Amino acid sequence: MTVIEVNHLAAGYDGREILRDVTLSVAAGDVVAVLGANGSGKSTLIRTILGLVPIRRGEVELFGTPQRRFRRWERVGYVPQRLGAGSGVPATVGEVVSSGRLARRGLFRPPGAADRAAVHQALEAVGLLDRIGDPVSTLSGGQQQRTLIARALAGRPDLLVLDEPTAGVDAASQEAFAGALTAFAADGGTILLVLHELGPLRPLIGRAVVVHEGRIAHQGVPPEPAGHHAEPGHDHVHPHADAEQAGICEWAPTDGMKAY
Amino acid sequence: MDLLTYPFMLRALAGALIIGLAAPALGVYLVQRRLSLIGDGIGHVALTGVGVGLLTHQSPVLTAVLVSVFGAIAVELVRERGRTSGDLALALLFYGGIAGGVVLVGLSDDASNASLMQYLFGSLITTSPTDIAVIAVLGAAVLAAMLVFRPALFALCNDEEYARVSGLPVRTLNLLLAVTTAVTVTIAMRTVGLLLVSALMVVPVAAAQQLTRGFRSTMAVAMLIGICAAGAGVVVSGEIDTAPGATTVLLAIAAFLLATGAGALWHRRPGSPSPAPVEPPDVVLHG
Repeated sequence: MTVIEVNHLAAGYDGREILRDVTLSVAAGDVVAVLGANGSGKSTLIRTILGLVPIRRGEVELFGTPQRRFRRWERVGYVPQRLGAGSGVPATVGEVVSSGRLARRGLFRPPGAADRAAVHQALEAVGLLDRIGDPVSTLSGGQQQRTLIARALAGRPDLLVLDEPTAGVDAASQEAFAGALTAFAADGGTILLVLHELGPLRPLIGRAVVVHEGRIAHQGVPPEPAGHHAEPGHDHVHPHADAEQAGICEWAPTDGMKAY
Repeated sequence: MDLLTYPFMLRALAGALIIGLAAPALGVYLVQRRLSLIGDGIGHVALTGVGVGLLTHQSPVLTAVLVSVFGAIAVELVRERGRTSGDLALALLFYGGIAGGVVLVGLSDDASNASLMQYLFGSLITTSPTDIAVIAVLGAAVLAAMLVFRPALFALCNDEEYARVSGLPVRTLNLLLAVTTAVTVTIAMRTVGLLLVSALMVVPVAAAQQLTRGFRSTMAVAMLIGICAAGAGVVVSGEIDTAPGATTVLLAIAAFLLATGAGALWHRRPGSPSPAPVEPPDVVLHG
């Protein structure tokens, strides 16, 4: 069964067209990484699939339903790049993760035992159960990112969509992250994620898609790591300035891609 | 305490307690969204509504509710577009609102400074039984909406895009917040006045978050501080003959200072986590 079907998609913001012509299909159980340079449109692609960026031309289908008419949002778990801007009032880790149950519970039903159990389980999966009562503002960047994964997992989705979940995340959190995603995929979950570099998530990824100038430049099985990346114990954590370059260079540059 | 045997004082107290509870319950969402000053802006617009009411001999509370609801929806639509000119559009709306109010009140039969002051700074003592009924019904409605939809409104104010991907009716919830803000501003105008309305929404929340770690506890403590400040404000102002609205706001600010002191002491304990920095309220209306 196809979970995501994208046909000749074009999309953009404020009169600027970022995606020109993208066709992509993700089947149930697939783990697909979207790679590309900054500004290539990789984030815009997943945001358009989720309905956060309006479609200009082409079609997006989620679980066989055109996205405009799609209502089963409890099947989709979204992990944004960072915690939302609205943080004027303290919120605990548990409260943020509980938001992940809303799609399943609806607007009017108060949270019950099943919701609490799902929140606990999701926090356990990312290794943050002991921080459930702490304000999210006291967490490190990596722990905040794990909180957002737990929020998505708490809704027990069939599809996880993640926007650069490992950008600027410490090594411990990256491992916790890879563990949670591996468990989700092992249960038959489908994953679409935007990545800067494959890093510790590499063993998980079945297919990689390279976006370049609003089009799919390359699609296929990720290559085996080469050079020092293949050495045992290499943790794939790069200083931020190099992350971009590393992400691209792990990929043999293909037609239409600039080699940095 | 003999004052409380007078019916007008009891009405004043009832009105103040309702507002003291409802305003921070709404304010906690506005602060989370960094829209702390929106109540102030809507208060400016509500003055035009008061002017319309006095000019057409309708209930000023009712016309103020209608005009400020329109104003709040207009503000929300501007915010949703996220245009850079939104800031200017809001300024036009707010100053247009207060100027329109002053001119309309001046044109009405009741064109005295006293009647203008009554709405700008509150006049609980002259609140009629009908006013109290309107305040009670609208206040209860605001409170119920804020408590029933707490998980959804929390999700919305915490991360609007995530709320959208959760399939929540984001636009309806945004309009709900806009309309309840307008309603709260208007019913609070009798208690603290249009110029001090925002204080009752924001100051108890600011005080509460010095002491709390989570959203729900912040909301609960803010409502407690709100109702105490409003109740004490009416009683104290009756005893020492000061303006009830201003007295209430000063008491709320005193609670904030106390909470800040207590919070600082609490966080200075050995082994306690360092407090999160408190962001100043933001005038810019961004999502």
